[in-house]
Amino acid sequence: MNFRGPFQIRADRNRPEPEIKHPMDAIVRVTRSLVCGSDLHLYHGLVPDTRVGMTFGHEFTGVVEAVGSEVKKLKVGDHVLVPFNIACGSCPHCKQELFGNCHEANSEATAVGGFFGYAHTGGGYDGGQAEYVRVPYADVSPTIIPEGMDLENAVLLTDVVPTGYQAAEQAGIQKGDTVVVFGAGPVGLLAARFAWFFGAGRVIVIDELDYRLEFARKFAFAEAYNFREMKDPVVFLKKTTDYFGADVCIDAVGCDATGSTLQNITGKELLLQAGNATAFHWAVNAVKKGGIVSIIGVYGPPWNLVPLGSIMNKGITIRGNQASVKRLLPKLIDHIMSGRINPKEIITHRLPLEEVSDAYRMFSKKLDYMIKPVLIPPRANV
Amino acid sequence: MKNALENRIDEFQDRVIANRNMADLALNIPGWGMDADPENDPTYPMKHYNGADHQRLNYEKAPQQPLDMEVFHSIERPGVTRVFGTSTPPAGLSGAIRRYAYKYSEATATHWMTLILADRVDVIQGKINDLKHGVIPNPWKERGWRAEWKYNRSAFLGRAATTALLITAGVLWFKRRSLNKQLLERR
Ligand SMILES: NC(=O)c1ccc[n+]([C@@H]2O[C@H](COP(=O)([O-])OP(=O)(O)OC[C@H]3O[C@@H](n4cnc5c(N)ncnc54)[C@H](O)[C@@H]3O)[C@@H](O)[C@H]2O)c1
Ligand SMILES: [Zn+2]
Ligand SMILES: [Zn+2]
Repeated sequence: MNFRGPFQIRADRNRPEPEIKHPMDAIVRVTRSLVCGSDLHLYHGLVPDTRVGMTFGHEFTGVVEAVGSEVKKLKVGDHVLVPFNIACGSCPHCKQELFGNCHEANSEATAVGGFFGYAHTGGGYDGGQAEYVRVPYADVSPTIIPEGMDLENAVLLTDVVPTGYQAAEQAGIQKGDTVVVFGAGPVGLLAARFAWFFGAGRVIVIDELDYRLEFARKFAFAEAYNFREMKDPVVFLKKTTDYFGADVCIDAVGCDATGSTLQNITGKELLLQAGNATAFHWAVNAVKKGGIVSIIGVYGPPWNLVPLGSIMNKGITIRGNQASVKRLLPKLIDHIMSGRINPKEIITHRLPLEEVSDAYRMFSKKLDYMIKPVLIPPRANV
Repeated sequence: MKNALENRIDEFQDRVIANRNMADLALNIPGWGMDADPENDPTYPMKHYNGADHQRLNYEKAPQQPLDMEVFHSIERPGVTRVFGTSTPPAGLSGAIRRYAYKYSEATATHWMTLILADRVDVIQGKINDLKHGVIPNPWKERGWRAEWKYNRSAFLGRAATTALLITAGVLWFKRRSLNKQLLERR
């Protein structure tokens, strides 16, 4: 794929093949690749330093085709899932398992880790919505797909499964808690499902798309409500939690939210703030005093209009981060292999890589009841 | 501000100062460390605290990827990272704008807003480049209108009709204006 500007994506056969640029690099032939809600922020032109000509894609599996001279574990022919974080494994952050915050992976922005296919603000790496990708620090994060694991579950492990899990984990859920999840996209659905793993007593999902809410009821065993049917979602949530507020709120929407005209105009039209922060705003207002708000939805680097006063006055703890995929893999591989969860149920579309432009449009406009699309490159099965 | 304070201090002194304080100053501060509580760590379990935070200068570093192209680095760090992405090096006018943006820290509006401006300029540069290479952008495909046609036809037609209507109205308005002008000139 070849980014040509906001809302313009070209399926391009004439792209140069990636080369090894560093002794710890590998080159991977992509077997499956996903489009993510995070890619939509790029597609919508909300992420600064997204250059024309880049290849996006940070969720992919592939077969190792070549390795650099200092790659010791990975071998040519290995079929790996490649976590979206690029991580050196030895900086103080990596050493403490903050693999989404590596200090040696992104020159351009210190506030952001290194990611595949995520603008120069994510380090300027080309991504996996392609046939071949350069994978730096190949011995650190890429993980051989466990025997017997479905390829679609493997590729979902590169981002949304750990992301949904971490959304619930960083929410500090205690047994019996009422958990509200904003957003019924792939990330929100998984966060809602994993909230039960931490002992939630009640899981409520809020979105505006009925087909996703319906899916949340089945997949995440959640109560699901459409905020378009509410005059004020905060009042609804207060009322349904005995006027105390939820114990925990999870923002799985991020900067492409809808639901507030003020936020839309200032965030998405005028770009006076980093997108629309409505979900976060609702989360802070709907959580109880002393509650926890977990931010997993992505916001841009500069700033947003947020209710700081309430955060202080209500004594709210806010936790957010990019998912640390490598940290969570062992646990999540076990959850999948033991059959406690089958994430591939969220995949609704399987499209050839050549149709990447349509995939973006459909995901952005939520056409044809799309939840999660997989792209299959022409050389996936060579 | 050439002699701003940040340009006049020594780098990499943080640990030196802290260690010196702990060896000396802290001994004379009543209550130093008395209430330290390792359990008071809101980063658990996301971060597995092991003190590496304080060993940030001498950690094991990968070899440096050869710097054979122009790569910007945030002025909030000393240089480029050990590996970096090689996608789309800065070029042309948008590249010059980006170069300017990277003179400012990530804490400034100038940095981010200038980058957004560069992104928009880059789109035009991209169109020119396409034409130079004989590629004619195909909005039907690239903008995914094909998918809209397939799955969202009524809304798509509605939008197309509105656009057509606006264009027609615009054309009519301009025609009338030039007609008025001609009439005025004739008078
Ligand atoms: N932190 C991480 O590591 C990480 C990783 C992956 C994705 N993300 C982020 O998670 C977010 C969700 O990703 P996704 O793939 O599920 O995207 P998605 O676009 O499929 O889902 C977002 C959902 O939010 C809904 N929504 C919009 N406004 C809302 C509001 N005000 N209240 C409630 N719901 C609202 C939309 O209708 C949509 O269903 C994105 O911001 C993405 O960038 C973060
Ligand atoms: Zn993603
Ligand atoms: Zn690191």
